[in-house]
Amino acid sequence: MTQESFLLAGKAFDPRDPASSMKNPAAGGFSSFEGWVRNHNEGRDVISLEYEAYPDLANREGNRIIDEAFKKFDIIDTRCVHRTGHLQVGEIAVWVGVTAKHRQDAFRSCRYIIDEVKARVPIWKKEHYADGHSGWVRCEHCEAHVHRH
Amino acid sequence: MKTIRLQYFAILREKRGQSEESRQTTATCPAELYGELKAAFHFPLTTEQLRVAVNGEFSAMDTPLNEGDEVVYIPPVAGG
Repeated sequence: MTQESFLLAGKAFDPRDPASSMKNPAAGGFSSFEGWVRNHNEGRDVISLEYEAYPDLANREGNRIIDEAFKKFDIIDTRCVHRTGHLQVGEIAVWVGVTAKHRQDAFRSCRYIIDEVKARVPIWKKEHYADGHSGWVRCEHCEAHVHRH
Repeated sequence: MKTIRLQYFAILREKRGQSEESRQTTATCPAELYGELKAAFHFPLTTEQLRVAVNGEFSAMDTPLNEGDEVVYIPPVAGG
């Protein structure tokens, strides 16, 4: 089950698809989170994003996070889908859904999964700005840091 | 000398100008190999800013490298 729980998607997807596959009569609640492409970041106008993944390790680490969620929380099922490729403002970049008997575990688990995915899964984001520049988020700052020293 | 397979992603792929290569090296661990690559290709990041995967799994920067190992340096991630 968990092998399929974290997925990379190269194209836009309808979140109703993973959500509908989680229907379960034992579930008393469903919690989901959608990360959307935003039109600004750190004071700059963003027109689009590119997500690039190291697929083997992204899938392994993503599924490891989901295994952890099953151990930490009393949940029934969960899915996480993360986009790769070129995304426009407003598109869904990442989607997490969790079903549980009770809402607290659904909420907490959903938050755990998105927080850990953002911190640990080898996926990178390149922002394209309205001024024509672009940059890898969290990496260009590293570069600036290196140049200063 | 051993042959190491490298895959590059994100900022390192762009700096290298390609997404993979095989490299002959005397480096004994990923940290040492990264020193070679950083000098050769002017990579912007330091080993302190990177993680590394050896044969598809997160590993320590001082993991001994063996003939045929596949090494991927992982810049700070930014999913979500």
